[in-house]
Parts: sequence; C-alpha cells; structure tokens
Amino acid sequence: MSTVATPAPVPRKRRRRTGLQRRQTRLGWLLLAPALAVVGFVALYPLGKTVYQSFTNEEFLGLEPRKWVGIDNYRTLWHDTIFRDTVVLTIKFTVITVGFEFVLGLIIALVVNSGFRGRGVMRAVMLVPWAIPTVVAAQMWKWMLDDTYGVVNDLGVRTHILSHSHAWISDPATSLAAVCAVDIWKTTPFVALLLLAGLQVIPNDLYEAASVDGANKLQQFWRITLPLLRPAILVTLIFRTLDALRVFDVFQVFFGYRLGAQSMAVYDQSTTVNDGHVGYGASMSVAIFLIISLFVVIYVTFVRVSEE
Amino acid sequence: MSTAETTAGAVRPTSRAIRLRRSPLGRALMKLPFWLLILAIAVYALFPFYWALRSAITPDSDLFSTPISYFPSHPTWTHFHDALSSSFFRRALLNSTIVAGSVTLLSLTIGSVAAYALGRFHFRGKLFVLYLMLSMTIFPQIAILGALYTMFSGFHIVGPIDFPKLYDTPWALIFSYLIFTLPFTVWVLTSFMRALPGDLEEAAYVDGATPLQVFWKVLLPLIAPGLVTTGLLAFIAAWNEYLYAVSFIQSPGHYTVPVAIVSFTAPSGNAFQTPWGTLMAATVVVTLPLIAATLILQRRILAGLTAGAVKG
Repeated sequence: MSTVATPAPVPRKRRRRTGLQRRQTRLGWLLLAPALAVVGFVALYPLGKTVYQSFTNEEFLGLEPRKWVGIDNYRTLWHDTIFRDTVVLTIKFTVITVGFEFVLGLIIALVVNSGFRGRGVMRAVMLVPWAIPTVVAAQMWKWMLDDTYGVVNDLGVRTHILSHSHAWISDPATSLAAVCAVDIWKTTPFVALLLLAGLQVIPNDLYEAASVDGANKLQQFWRITLPLLRPAILVTLIFRTLDALRVFDVFQVFFGYRLGAQSMAVYDQSTTVNDGHVGYGASMSVAIFLIISLFVVIYVTFVRVSEE
Repeated sequence: MSTAETTAGAVRPTSRAIRLRRSPLGRALMKLPFWLLILAIAVYALFPFYWALRSAITPDSDLFSTPISYFPSHPTWTHFHDALSSSFFRRALLNSTIVAGSVTLLSLTIGSVAAYALGRFHFRGKLFVLYLMLSMTIFPQIAILGALYTMFSGFHIVGPIDFPKLYDTPWALIFSYLIFTLPFTVWVLTSFMRALPGDLEEAAYVDGATPLQVFWKVLLPLIAPGLVTTGLLAFIAAWNEYLYAVSFIQSPGHYTVPVAIVSFTAPSGNAFQTPWGTLMAATVVVTLPLIAATLILQRRILAGLTAGAVKG
C-alpha cells in the first residue's frame, strides 16, 4: 500500500552478507545454544508433553498402559465441581489481594516518595518481606493467627474489637481473609517499590509548573501523577495478577489439602503428585494455563483500547 | 505580654494558628500525622519479624499460656538450640545452599554467554529469542508439573541414551529451577550488556582479541554489578521455591528449607503438637541471611527488579 503512495520507489540497496556478519551470526547462535537448549528441555518440551498427557489416561507408576482418551479428561474437568470451586476461590483471592496491594502500595509509594530523612532506611525495610520465603511468611502468620495463643486474637480481644478468640484459619468464613492477609503483607511493599520506581521518573518541574498555575495537591495527583504512572501501574498489575492466579504456597501451608480451601495450583498438584493422576492433572494444567492467558489477553486489549 | 497575646488570639484565632505553624514546635506537630503514617507502615512491615523473634526466645511455658506476654521476660536460647541441633533442619539448610548455589552459578554462566550474543551481536532471529525469554519469565510453573514429574522418573531418549531418574534428588530441583531463573537472568543481563559503550570492545578487537577474549576480559568485568544483582535474585528465587520442592522430593534427607519449615508442623495442626518456638527459631535462622543480603545489596536489587519488572 505504501509503495503506491511513493512515486518512484528507490531500488532497495541489496545488502551483501559480509564475512564478518556471517561469522557474527554463527557465533551468536553458538553462544545462545546452551540457553536455548535449557529452555527447550526444561520448558518447551515439558509444555508439549503436558498437552499430550492431557489427552491420555496416564497414571504415575500406573500398571495399565497409557492410552489415548481424546477429550475425556477435559469433559470430566468441565463437570468437576471441586475444580470449579478452586477456580472461583483463586479468582476471589486474586481480586482481593491485587486490589489491596495496589491501593496500599500506591499510598506507601507516595509517602516514601515525598522525601524525608530516613527514606533509604524505609526502602530497605520494605524489601525485607519480599525477600523471605512465602512458606516462612505463612508459618509466621499461622502462629500469629493461632486460635489460642495467637497475637492477633490477643490484640483483638484487648482492644475489644473481638468479643472472643476466633479460629481464623479453620473457620471457612474467615479462611480466605487469612490467606489474603499473608499475601498482602508479603507483597504490598514490593508493589510499592515498583510504583516508587515509576514515581521517581516523573520530572519535578511538572509539579512546580502546576503549583504556579494554582493546582492543588489532589489535582496534581489526578492530572500528573496517575497518568504518568500508568505504565508502571500496568506492569505491576499484570505481574501481580499472574502471580496471584498461580498461588500455591500460602494455601498449601495454611490448609494443606483441605477441601473447599484449595487454590487451582493446590488441587492440580495434589491430583498429579499425591494421587498420581498425571493425565487428568495435565488437563487441569492446560486449563490453568488458558485461564492465566485469558487474563493476559484481557489486560493487553484493555491497554490497547484505552491507548487509542 | 502574655495577656496581650491571649487577647489577640481570642480576637483572631487564625493568627495564632499561623504563628503556631511557623514555630519549630508547630512545624513538627504539623508533620506528626505524616510521621505516624511512616511509623504505621514500618510497624506493619516489621511486626511479624519481631513476633517470630519474640516467640523464638520465649520458653514454652510462657509461649503456651494466656494472657500472652509481648516482651519475653525469661529469654532463652533453647529453641535455637533445638532447631539447629536437629540434623533434619541442618540437612535442609545444606541442601538449599547446594541447590540454590548451583542454580545461580548455572544461570549466570549460561545466561551471561547468551546475554553477550543478544546484547552485542546483530543477527536475524535475535528479537525472537529475546521475546521467547521474556515470555518464559511469566511462565506458570504449575503448567508443566506433571510433565516434569514423569520426566524425572527416568525415560528413554534415543538409542542407548536414557534420561536418568532424577526424582527425589537435588538434581531434579536444580534442573527445574532453571526454568524461572535462566530467562530472567538472560533478560536482565542483556540489558546490562546493551548499555555498555562500544569503544572498549572495538579497541580490544583492534588489538587482535578474539570475541571470547573480549567477553571474558572486557565485558564480563564491566557487568559485574549486574551479575551480583541477578545472581542474588536467582538465589533468593531458588531458595524460596516450594511447589517443585514439595512435589519432586520425598525423603526428608533431601528436603530443602521451605519443605523442612512446613514439616515442623504436626499434621493435626494442634497448637500443643506444633513446636512453635522451635519453628519460629528456624524461621529466624532462615530469614536472617536473606535480610542481611537484602539490606547490604538493596540498591542493586532495586535496580535489577525494575530492569526486569518481574518478581524474582
């Protein structure tokens, strides 16, 4: 189409591949070979294998020979109410944690960005929850939420917020809130750090100019900070959502494999490893992969649409 | 003087407010809500650590009694002694060090070579590889759990070559952890490689150096800060991993730290059966080196995290 518009297309200079270029290409691929081999063998091959397994009745150390069963696994999965519950629970978890982490993280980022003595210390303090293993964080909170000797109950009763101690983890009514609390505690500082990095790129002159023009702090926030922070916000939200959808550690440590308190990944792992139903587990893996991809597609279209 | 001031204040209350705002004490008071907010954030971030430490040095008799005490009145090292003297936990620390250390070394070696090609060379297909690596950084590990699980029980590749049985060995973890450390390492190191100026490289070529000499003697020393950052991020990611560790490891002798930390818990979950004091001592032991490394290298970690914009 564009060539039609150009009156006289200049003949493209034919690029001769020089010896140097050819050598660069060969050496380049040679240097990439180990990394590509690892990625192929550790990620791409298993991914293909998972898709294949999802159409078979493969059992771990099963006595029956593996058989092609078509879409049987997917049909079973569609009617599997346990799996449906895990999908709903995981999405609830994702919406709650990502929402809280974003709002709290933004507040913290704005506070830290306002510049005060000890800002460096604060930033270091914020990295600490991120660095420790999720499993360790979960155990620390499990003890804090203990029904008899937990500090949360003690504080609640002392301040009269609670009338009596509560079994946060074993009560189905509060168990989701309990896992969310751990994830929000562990990840909010990290979200704040990512947003803080975005805030620090915004040039100060903009705020000065806005003050001169008489814009108040709130107007400056809506008109300058938020629009310019958009790229950082989007990247943060996408990665947090993907992370939350594949949550495993907190749920497994808090509830083990308790029915009704499993995330998608926990149910998949117990089906595949604990029960040895590799074929059925593989179909679940594919489903989880598709659900996560769906969220990516939604985000990307949202970004595209709002940019136009 | 004082009467004049009070009457003036009574007539025009705003002037007193303005005067208060201008005085040093007043300015400090104005900032009070701000500092309270900072304090709240710090307490929120740090209280669980304080509680773990407090529980680790509180003897069981105080730990399992109500009302609970917020400061240990009879501090004791018993729980630390119990945690560190259990061979099971010591093994786990060793296993985790071996696994996370090997994964880090492998990722840095393979990753820096790949980053050299991606950051300093021009050839077709380069962009494709870069995007492949980027998409791998958000790869959900659960998606290939079953495939890895069956692969690790050993299988036939071709001819006389068999894939060894890796199940229940540290190799299974070293191998599978590369899936999330390597693409990240390649991606971040490539950005470091790309940022280097071309002059040094050209000077070395003029002096007759081979590409590998340039990589080893010129570029690698220059990206040393990047190697430290990505290495630490890879190490932390491998040290903290739980899903694969709990799936591919069966015998307690091969447990990594996260699996061991969970195994302290009795399955019934009764507070009397869970040795919470020892468990908290173990979490403190596991957490301290990570906190120290994070605090020392915080600037570099932040740079690396924002370069990759990925959770490590």
